[in-house]
Amino acid sequence: MAVILSNTLVSAGIFKMTVAFTGAVKPGQFFMLRAWDKDPLLSRPISVHNYESGQLTFLYQVVGKGTEILARLQADDEVTIQGPYGNGFPEITGDLCVVGGGIGTAPLYYLVRHYQEQNPTGKCRVYLGFRDIAYGADAFAALADEVVLDVGGIITDKLTVLPGETVVTCGPEIMMAAVAGAVPAENTVYVSLEAHMACGIGACLGCTCETRSGNKKVCTDGPVFVREEVFNV
Amino acid sequence: MSKYLATKFNDIRFKNPVIPASGTFGFGREYEAFYDLAKLGGLCSKGLTLEPKSGNTGMRLWETPAGLMNSIGLENPGIDAFIENEWPHLKEIDTVTIVNVGGKDEESYLTAIEKLNAIDAQLIELNISCPNVKAGGMAYGIKAETAGEITRKVVEISRHPIMVKLSPNGEAVADIARACEAAGAQGISLINTLQGMAIDYKKKKVIFDNLYAGLSGPAVKPIALRMTHQVCQAVKIPVMAMGGISDWKDALEFIMAGATCLQIGTINFNNPMAPIEIIAGLEAYCINEGLANISEVRGIV
Ligand SMILES: Cc1cc2nc3c(=O)[nH]c(=O)nc-3n(C[C@H](O)[C@H](O)[C@H](O)COP(=O)(O)OP(=O)(O)OC[C@H]3O[C@@H](n4cnc5c(N)ncnc54)[C@H](O)[C@@H]3O)c2cc1C
Ligand SMILES: Cc1cc2nc3c(=O)[nH]c(=O)nc-3n(C[C@H](O)[C@H](O)[C@H](O)COP(=O)(O)O)c2cc1C
Ligand code: FES
Repeated sequence: MAVILSNTLVSAGIFKMTVAFTGAVKPGQFFMLRAWDKDPLLSRPISVHNYESGQLTFLYQVVGKGTEILARLQADDEVTIQGPYGNGFPEITGDLCVVGGGIGTAPLYYLVRHYQEQNPTGKCRVYLGFRDIAYGADAFAALADEVVLDVGGIITDKLTVLPGETVVTCGPEIMMAAVAGAVPAENTVYVSLEAHMACGIGACLGCTCETRSGNKKVCTDGPVFVREEVFNV
Repeated sequence: MSKYLATKFNDIRFKNPVIPASGTFGFGREYEAFYDLAKLGGLCSKGLTLEPKSGNTGMRLWETPAGLMNSIGLENPGIDAFIENEWPHLKEIDTVTIVNVGGKDEESYLTAIEKLNAIDAQLIELNISCPNVKAGGMAYGIKAETAGEITRKVVEISRHPIMVKLSPNGEAVADIARACEAAGAQGISLINTLQGMAIDYKKKKVIFDNLYAGLSGPAVKPIALRMTHQVCQAVKIPVMAMGGISDWKDALEFIMAGATCLQIGTINFNNPMAPIEIIAGLEAYCINEGLANISEVRGIV
């Protein structure tokens, strides 16, 4: 159980929830959230949007029953959070280029913040694509060396990756596949996958994805994979 | 060990009757982060097959009101890898170990069972009821005649006691249970998942690559309870019941219907502590009701 510190609307259908939490949390990891008993039955996987001084933040889009319940919660309410789970993003040392689409931008904020702390002289560029309304771009702009924003278009049309940059992408699968296909082979590309999950801890085999080295579990082997593992490039 | 919950399943001694269900608990390791597995009455492996299986493609999980549909398709590392990598860990846990075995044809069942003769498990759960694999699996389990035949052959070559896991998707379960008992089964477990279907009306497509999938969770409990009752009336061998058990009250209902042990499946995903809470709840019930042992209420309805 975690106590909710705030839970506010940041854009149409997009909420930001901050809860009190202590423990080690890596960018790219997720928690299983539940604020109900047995209906709905399963917890919902939500990425870490930020973690700073005992405050854990989630950025989530209301799409169905579970996220609707989450959106109704208020400060001082409690939410069950299990985690952090998943491998998270690797530590990145050279320059970083992140490409986020829609709610897929959620885990990238903590990644960029963490990267800047670890690499004060490193360069970080951010591409953000949204279908109709942008959100969170200002927060990225406060951290990154450059932010390219696209609303209603195709983010890969604007994307140019520089030599030596490590690319991290999270968003709709077709966007990640396009990024994986567009970035030169010399650059390393990491993608963060989604799958329906029941346990979140590797016990049910419900979140399996096919990779070059056989089946992997998105919840424990992922959600972050190197592009060659999961996309045909 | 709780004297209130100590349970004998034939001559196998369970410290309590609560065992996580096959396929919902991996090989146990994942839940060690939540509690000491030795607190459980037993452990049951993921469904194993002779050869490794990569399972079904496409969507594997679909939540329904109070239920879960799965189309895992028996993804597992195969018997050899299980014996080499998982068994050494599993056997050290101070609890009863059950190995769940599935197959695609008679030969694959029998070879798998022979290989398991090399280890000292306490019980084998013969899965003839997985609705998620096209070849075999449930094909054996939906008819009393074929269920009896495969059971007889397996019992003949196994040095372990055999508990047959029944499908809710076939002929009358009581008839199938009787056939398995007559063939030498030393226990019955039920129910496996109920075959169901899901369609994405927006995409005009079925959800699962394998078309149909298995439904489990609280939604199936009344059906599981009825089938448990029918089987308990029909056979003398002990019954390990499951299907939608989500708390100690549900567990108690299955015991009252005649079950000796219980398996806890889908609810582990909702609440990883469920088996431990069920054990505590059953013990408190015995104390409050002045029972010396939970078996005093077994089969009372
Ligand atoms: C590792 C990971 C991280 C995620 N991080 C975020 C995040 O930071 N912010 C955010 O808004 N969303 C995130 N998602 C997606 C989020 O889990 C789903 O939007 C959410 O589960 C939908 O629940 P619902 O009850 O509102 O929708 P419903 O459609 O009613 O859900 C029904 C079932 O389908 C599952 N489901 C539906 N859509 C998805 C999906 N896209 N991915 C996985 N399961 C789904 C639900 O978990 C539930 O079991 C993440 C998913 C994964 C796998
Ligand atoms: C994700 C999942 C995987 C399963 N895998 C197996 C399996 O490998 N072998 C088996 O005999 N039953 C398997 N089952 C069925 C369960 O063991 C159990 O019979 C069924 O889910 C009903 O119980 P429940 O409602 O408590 O989950 C699986 C069920 C689920 C939900
Ligand atoms: S969600 Fe259960 S194995 Fe990944």
